Amino acid sequence: MFAYIIRRILIMIPTLIAISIISFTIIQLPPGDFLTTYVSQLSASGETVDQAELESLKKRFGLDEPIYIQYFKWAWNFLHGDFGHSFEWNKPVSELIGERLQLTVIISVCTLLFTWAVAVPIGVYSAVRQYSWLDYLLTVFGFIGLATPNFLLALILLWVSYAYLGLSIGGLFSPEFADAPWSFAKVLDFLKHLWIPVVIVGLGHTAKFIRIIRGNLLDELRKPYVVTARAKGLSETHLILKYPVRVAINPLVSTIGWTLPELISGIAITAVVLNLPTTGPLLLSALMSQDMQLAGTFIMFLSSLTVVGTLLSDILLAWVDPRIRFGAREGL
Amino acid sequence: MTEDLISKKQLKYLNASTRKLIWWKYQKHTLAMIGLISIAGMYFTAIFCEFLAPYNKDTRHLEAIFAPITGIHFFDDQGRLSRPFVRQSILELDMEKHRATVVEIPGTHFPIKLFVQGDPYLFWGLWEWNRHLFGVEQPGTLFLFGADRMGRDVFSRCLYGTRISLSIGMIGVFLSLLLGVTLGGISGYFGGWPDGVIQRIIEVIRCFPSIPLWMGLSAAMPPHWPAMKVYFAITLILSLVGWTDLARMVRGKLMSLREEEFVLAAKFLGASDTRIIFKHLLPSFTSHIIVSVTLAIPSMILAETALSFLGIGLRPPITSLGVLLKEAQNVTTVALYPWLLIPVFFVILIVLSFNFVGDGLRDAVDPYSR
Repeated sequence: MFAYIIRRILIMIPTLIAISIISFTIIQLPPGDFLTTYVSQLSASGETVDQAELESLKKRFGLDEPIYIQYFKWAWNFLHGDFGHSFEWNKPVSELIGERLQLTVIISVCTLLFTWAVAVPIGVYSAVRQYSWLDYLLTVFGFIGLATPNFLLALILLWVSYAYLGLSIGGLFSPEFADAPWSFAKVLDFLKHLWIPVVIVGLGHTAKFIRIIRGNLLDELRKPYVVTARAKGLSETHLILKYPVRVAINPLVSTIGWTLPELISGIAITAVVLNLPTTGPLLLSALMSQDMQLAGTFIMFLSSLTVVGTLLSDILLAWVDPRIRFGAREGL
Repeated sequence: MTEDLISKKQLKYLNASTRKLIWWKYQKHTLAMIGLISIAGMYFTAIFCEFLAPYNKDTRHLEAIFAPITGIHFFDDQGRLSRPFVRQSILELDMEKHRATVVEIPGTHFPIKLFVQGDPYLFWGLWEWNRHLFGVEQPGTLFLFGADRMGRDVFSRCLYGTRISLSIGMIGVFLSLLLGVTLGGISGYFGGWPDGVIQRIIEVIRCFPSIPLWMGLSAAMPPHWPAMKVYFAITLILSLVGWTDLARMVRGKLMSLREEEFVLAAKFLGASDTRIIFKHLLPSFTSHIIVSVTLAIPSMILAETALSFLGIGLRPPITSLGVLLKEAQNVTTVALYPWLLIPVFFVILIVLSFNFVGDGLRDAVDPYSR
């Protein structure tokens, strides 16, 4: 097990390097380097440009040097917690992203848990009572949940609650808590707002998982061991929950790797509609104003998050499933 | 003799080609048939949208800023049944609510006509014409889905938007198919180090949350690019990220197929690698490719909608459903003018139909399902 984890972490390193190269490319993509953009913005607003400051910035990011040296400088600084400078906010990037990343992680984890908590019982029910009217109803609901992109769902929900309930459901905190330090009351307020993005982002995935669990469980239920268990007189509930369900929910763990990027994508765009203080809106405004150091750092972090998430899911899977621990899935 | 043993129906079944079998099985899937009909209808609309839409997408009606859905009347002032007509409407200031509202002028009468003369347009950019399938004569106005902040007809814009959104899906999927089949093919057929390199690339691309990556790439486009160039760039960006699923599918299929005897036989007969791939291997899983493509189109369309909605995708004058929805970004706007949300239902309809067709096809091409 320990050797497996070490091997898995070592494999992660080249992936992270590749991700960092792509993130750096995105930073470099807009024409001209970011300093020229900064200078032209400053002179457009009539401010004077401090030559000494310019020189120091140039030196810090190695702008006079060839591109690969710039990359190494950027990566080196990144590893030491210096993510560059946001010219739009005139602050170091690290000051801007901390809490937003935390909130993104919290929402993704909550959404994942919500998805599981809803999908497992419904999926099991749909499989056990196949072709009942509730199964049909849930299938239709699942199709619509899959087809509606979550940001449009957020938009419709916003409109309905605004027009008919007179509520504004955006944000993650009530105004009085927005800038307050964390306290018990703030946590309660946060939980009150949290469920809306969780439900919106989670709906599509819940629908997908219900279908996966239903399909898997239907396959399992037809296997001989179920018949044997039934013939031996095991009670139906005990029988289904103890064996087939455990096999059927295996994909929940093994698909974390691709679920996480999708959840983070969904949260990024839903957050723009609902105006949540997560990474999405800030990333969008950074991209709009070509504040590329901030945007690149976000993209780097969001992707690294999914790499770490995949690592955790693989470890979890190896712990659950001994076949993987002993190297059946070589090279993953 | 054979007639005695098997019925005519069975004989027809046994003699049918694979394509026919698939089509028979597909027809049994009700939802998939509904999806197929609705997709056919939408492509028809997209192709003939200049003629089907009552107005051009950029025609502005200054007297109808944020006009609500036009009321269609069936009874005239005397209470008699007449052919459907609309009343002329004007912009009036509502002093209580402090905004302009559109009101109907009583007594006016503009029947809805077929093949009415209206905005001149270039059909497919080639022929000049001014007939529209239906509409009303000036100064009457017909807004089936209301009008937007510039007094443009939302219904007409939805039809034009469907054209662009569907075309993005088609072109984007075609590009990712090209990438996916080529790279997946190399990876699956040759194995070895090319396989390793391509698999690592796929893994890295899949680590990225797609929307932030798309956002980063499309925001890097210079703002002075013409709208057409942006259109192609966006399609390219979508397919650059979207080809990995297809590549994986192709690789998996090739890996299992290349061990089959017919490939070995072809090799002994001296067939080249290209010939084996294109003549023997690809045809044996074309149906799987078609299924994957059908299921990939809606995600392309959704991605484009998301980007345009955020304002970093397509730009006017190119109008996709996402560009239309950008107008509905603000809650207060939506609360006052809810008809701006109507394009959402076009998106949902497109995605649902493609999903139904994809599911139906998947069941139909699988010889083991009943």
